[in-house]
Amino acid sequence: MIHVKLFKQVGPFAENKDIAREIRLKKLIPALEKNKNITLDFENIDGATQSFVHALISDLIRKYGSEVLDKIQFKSCNDTVKAIISIVVDYMQESG
Amino acid sequence: MKIHIPNSVWLGNIDPFLRGFDPSLPNELEITFNKKWMSIHPMVLSMIAALGLQVDSSKIQCEKLEATSKHYLERMKLFDFLGVKSDITITEHEAAGRFVPLTQIKDSASLTKFVTEVTPLLHLEPKHAEPIRYIMSELIRNVLEHSLSKHGAIVSAQYYKKSNTIRIGIADTGIGIWKSMNESYNPKDDLESLRMALTPGITGTTRKEGGTERNAGAGLFFIKSIASVNSDFFVIYSGKAMYKLLKRTGKKIQLHADPLKDRHSKRNDLPGWHGTVVGIDLSLDTTQEFSLLLQLLNQTLKEAIKERKKARYKKPQFI
Repeated sequence: MIHVKLFKQVGPFAENKDIAREIRLKKLIPALEKNKNITLDFENIDGATQSFVHALISDLIRKYGSEVLDKIQFKSCNDTVKAIISIVVDYMQESG
Repeated sequence: MKIHIPNSVWLGNIDPFLRGFDPSLPNELEITFNKKWMSIHPMVLSMIAALGLQVDSSKIQCEKLEATSKHYLERMKLFDFLGVKSDITITEHEAAGRFVPLTQIKDSASLTKFVTEVTPLLHLEPKHAEPIRYIMSELIRNVLEHSLSKHGAIVSAQYYKKSNTIRIGIADTGIGIWKSMNESYNPKDDLESLRMALTPGITGTTRKEGGTERNAGAGLFFIKSIASVNSDFFVIYSGKAMYKLLKRTGKKIQLHADPLKDRHSKRNDLPGWHGTVVGIDLSLDTTQEFSLLLQLLNQTLKEAIKERKKARYKKPQFI
């Protein structure tokens, strides 16, 4: 299991797609390749854009299928962040 | 190029202003003003500043200002962008709660810094601040990723007490939406490319459903939806085309994947703008909770994907 605290890298508003990509490539994909579970911790993050969340997780769903969602937990999300994550997760599954 | 600033330009009446823009002689810029007073939307300011960055300041001819609201242009930093002296001395007021002066953003890190700093500047409640920083971030990131403009994005915003509205303008002088969409699609004209850009799931970066690892093709649809839910104006102008989302007439909120199904006006015969300009208003009286808006948006997005997938289903061949 890996625990990724996003606030330290993205600040209170998660919108920087370059950072999202870096986290995906350097932390999330290597963890999944080792069959580890992931906790994405949104503590202290009060907002996120659809672009950020898309850049963070869409490629994981595309690469590993929707089963990858059994391995990822989203922690400490407020209602806005929950809504954005749900949009991206639904969107990727509907598009698949 | 020639541009005239009339006494009043807001998104509802912006069409004559856009029609009056003369894009010929792109290495020169002549700016004239209404003699009496001016009240102009930040979209107009961002456009003029973006044009100013393209032209050597020695080739910019700026009419001597007489209008009483000329201080506003100075405070919004327009003359700094044009590189011309206004001969106006002003006492700088603290920007908090009033406006975001013209700002040029050329890279991702500057955008993150800008978005972090802009919300406290506007002194807004969270339910108002959330959509505003969302809109600014997504629109500016669009410019940085797709416009290929060497000058980046020019943004400005203003709070209007009378209407209790935040008005935002973002302009770039990049490749424009038609060229960006033409990477993966073949829009027949500028207006068709605007329609595509506003439709969820369509991105110039791929024809694949779901987009790429970087782009979902939903950014502009989100922005237009925020305006639609709050019954606000939203304008996008690129090439010769402009799409304007008009205020809702009824109370029923309905989001459409196809922008032409929204209450709108459109033009495909405007003077060509090399790049893209977006203007949006956000009325603070009607702002819905952002999370509720997102739930509504999710439903529309799902329906749009289903419809598009269904349209691609192969039909049985009965003989």
